[in-house]
Amino acid sequence: MSAQSSSKSEQLRVPAGAIFVPASAREKAKLLDEDAIRRALVRIAHEIIEHNKGTDRLALIGIRTRGAVLAQRLAKEIETIERKPPTVGALDITLYRDDLSRIAPNPVVRATDISFDITDLRLVLVDDVLFTGRTIRAALDALIDLGRPVAIQLAVLVDRGHRDLPIRADYVGKNIPTSLKERVEVRLQETDGKDEVIIFGAEEASNA
Amino acid sequence: MPDTAVIAPEAVQTAQWTKKDLLGLRELSADEIRLLLATAESFREISLRPIKKVPALRGKTVVNLFFEPSTRTRTSFELAAKRLSADILNIAASTSSMTKGETILDTIKNLEALKVDIIVIRHAAAGVPQMIARHARASVINAGDGAHEHPTQALLDLLTIQEKKGRIEGLQVTILGDLAHSRVARSNIWGLTKLGAPVTVCGPPTLMPAQMEQLGVTVTFDVNEAIRHADVLMLLRIQHERQEVTLVPSLREYRLRYGIDRDRLKFAKPDVLIMHPGPINRGVEIDSSVADGPHSVILDQVTNGVAVRMAALYLVAGASNGGGAADE
Amino acid sequence: MAGERPMSKPLLIVGGTVVDPAAKRDGRFDVLIEDGLIADVHPSLKALDGVDVIDAKGKLVLPGFVDLHVHFRQPGREDKETIETGSQAAARGGFTAVCPMPNTDPVVDHGGAVEWVTHEARRVGLVDVHPIGALTKGQHGQELTDFGELFDAGCAALSDDGKPLINPLLMRRALEYSKVFGRPVIQHAEDPSLSAGGVIHEGVVSTTLGLRGIPAESEATIVARDLALVALTGGWLHVAHVSCAESVELIRHAKRQGAHVTCEVTPHHLALTHEAVEGFRTEAKVNPPLRGDDDRLALIEGLKDGTIDCIATDHAPHTDWEKDADFDTAPFGISGLETAFGVCVTTLIEAGHLSWGQLVQSLSINPSRIAGINGHGLVKGQPANLTLVDPKATWIVDPKQFVSKGTNTPFAGARLSGRVVKTIRQGTVIG
Repeated sequence: MSAQSSSKSEQLRVPAGAIFVPASAREKAKLLDEDAIRRALVRIAHEIIEHNKGTDRLALIGIRTRGAVLAQRLAKEIETIERKPPTVGALDITLYRDDLSRIAPNPVVRATDISFDITDLRLVLVDDVLFTGRTIRAALDALIDLGRPVAIQLAVLVDRGHRDLPIRADYVGKNIPTSLKERVEVRLQETDGKDEVIIFGAEEASNA
Repeated sequence: MPDTAVIAPEAVQTAQWTKKDLLGLRELSADEIRLLLATAESFREISLRPIKKVPALRGKTVVNLFFEPSTRTRTSFELAAKRLSADILNIAASTSSMTKGETILDTIKNLEALKVDIIVIRHAAAGVPQMIARHARASVINAGDGAHEHPTQALLDLLTIQEKKGRIEGLQVTILGDLAHSRVARSNIWGLTKLGAPVTVCGPPTLMPAQMEQLGVTVTFDVNEAIRHADVLMLLRIQHERQEVTLVPSLREYRLRYGIDRDRLKFAKPDVLIMHPGPINRGVEIDSSVADGPHSVILDQVTNGVAVRMAALYLVAGASNGGGAADE
Repeated sequence: MAGERPMSKPLLIVGGTVVDPAAKRDGRFDVLIEDGLIADVHPSLKALDGVDVIDAKGKLVLPGFVDLHVHFRQPGREDKETIETGSQAAARGGFTAVCPMPNTDPVVDHGGAVEWVTHEARRVGLVDVHPIGALTKGQHGQELTDFGELFDAGCAALSDDGKPLINPLLMRRALEYSKVFGRPVIQHAEDPSLSAGGVIHEGVVSTTLGLRGIPAESEATIVARDLALVALTGGWLHVAHVSCAESVELIRHAKRQGAHVTCEVTPHHLALTHEAVEGFRTEAKVNPPLRGDDDRLALIEGLKDGTIDCIATDHAPHTDWEKDADFDTAPFGISGLETAFGVCVTTLIEAGHLSWGQLVQSLSINPSRIAGINGHGLVKGQPANLTLVDPKATWIVDPKQFVSKGTNTPFAGARLSGRVVKTIRQGTVIG
């Protein structure tokens, strides 16, 4: 799940796609810095190769926006190790959201870019933050509409807990226990100009 | 991150669609047009899938209310609605039922009582979608009203130009034919000029509306001149059925003077795009050799029509949702 | 309508400013009314016992307005308007006399029909009604009506309004024959083949909206032809609702040549342009159509220099359901009686184009002369037909408050200056 959606879960009304930092919410702590993110991705890359016994018939599918960036990075790490890049695609789950008829206006739809047949492939779905699990549910539905993969695994940079649905990740960069009032934001060079994972404390803001 | 979208994604990152209706391009901002096009680009891929369906409009009811016969626009909207999982109802209303005492607004009130969400309307009289939109709670999409506007046609033309040329801004576009009766021309003029493409219109003076240049276009009656600098040549249908005899002496005269055949195309740029909203009159405004030739993108227009109409349905449906921001 | 003058109590209007250029009055005068007639106009009159007093301080006392051009729809379309509701709207608007057009169902093209209209108007008993008779039988443009019978029955003028009289020979004969009666032939000047299918002025708005245009020349060509026929025949032509600069120029030129021609302009053509149609507003759909701003300014200029003789509303009420249609289908027309005065004050007086004297000339004195109404004006011994107005009052037009059945107005929500306070006809307050 993307950082924007985790902020929305706390009823902060943000324009779709905007990087929104409310004035009252104070940065609580930097959970991961550039090096930590890189190390986590290297480790996940190794785990993926090990678990799938190589990269044969393996494809990475990143969930737009930051999951798609992470999938590209993971592919590079895997290529470094295996000297062979895995197939990579990008998935937009907007049209599969379970809250579409409750949002006004409708969020911006980005292209799904999976230019290969996913049938009989092993897929690794990649996202930045795993939270309620609703984004992953939408992604699974979207993938099933595209074909019949052999297996779908899930890789996330951060798992912050609080699942609404029976979903778990196969590869986790860092498990971060959070309170529901907190907000976790993943920032990446390609989209935000720098690499870091930040946690915001809403209760501090409300006490201020 | 590689992105397949040709339209600068940052331009639409923060754009929002807040209009209940899509009535015409004249009332849209350049950003709103870009958002529609970017959304359509995202939707284009769905029609290439083995399962050409997404659940975005599940539970929504769309009515195709056509007071004028149309196969391609109606079919295109129907496919678009179905690919978004909406339920669609086709009503071919005859204008003659109006003379029996039921007004258009009576028809609309009846549809609203059936709890429809989106009304797609085509009518021979200009302004009918505006009138309905003023009275209806449902979203209204204009599928062509008289000689006024046909916004989804112009959007699919823009999307096709974007796809083939990689840009719209700065392209020279010539619209050739019956400007007086063409809603397609008007919508394209608004769309193209807002996105920065200079437009030249050309046709016989009898088919040129009054003070056309005040719409921000260049007017010429010289077809060779109009073709010479064009990156895109849009041909309009000569609508014999709507015309009085006095407008052009004969179809033969029109073909000889304004029809586009291979000879006339020699005046054009080598990479000119030939577009036509269809249905084409072979041998009148366009020769078969041109319609089926290498410059023609007429069938790409049809394909893009579905994506554009999916985008239109998706965006207006969102604007009329009751709720606030997303909770996930 | 002598003989049924109500024997009401004497009425004294005190403290007002009388503006009546025909009587050469423009200043503080009190007006005493007895037996429906003006008994005295004097700078200072005392109220005696048994006299009702109207305090007119800060108000203008004007000769009653006369509307040469209204559509009361009765007989035939009583759902749009009746002589009764139309008369109420006229009284509300400051008019003491109106001329309803004959395009009813059946058409007022014979003496019996005229008598029916005047009889109904007398029963209603509000404003004086001077019907216009049809020029041709059934308004079909084929055969002239019996002019003598129509005038004997009380017609003020003849017209096929709603339609032009196109046949040039028939127009020639009408202008010739009407000379016997000294009354005008009123022409709705429009060439139907030039304006065929048109619903709006031909210009940038028609092009933008994709609506069929009516060129100004559709009117001007018929005006030019009719003026030639006036020169030929010496008849009296009155041009209804002049809408474009070309017509004004043609009439100006003809008047200089001494032609017997008069004409009218509507308040909406003075106030609005074709831009009022933007958004497909059928309330602004009217024939002749609202035109460009150059035309509008030429009409005001024509009114200032006397080329245009008077202001007439072309009051054309329609039902909501008919106007709530697509632009092509919706009927032409504006319900104008109740907004006319405010629109004129706002457009002409406030904007500095006309003096109060000129406005009174246009709304009251000139139209009364064209309609052939005897004894009009704030002069001792004349019928007490007068209108009290508050020149400073501003108000917002709310069609729901109209007494006319027609709420079709492009002025809904507009803030107007100048309001009719009281309308008095033959000594009785009617609105």
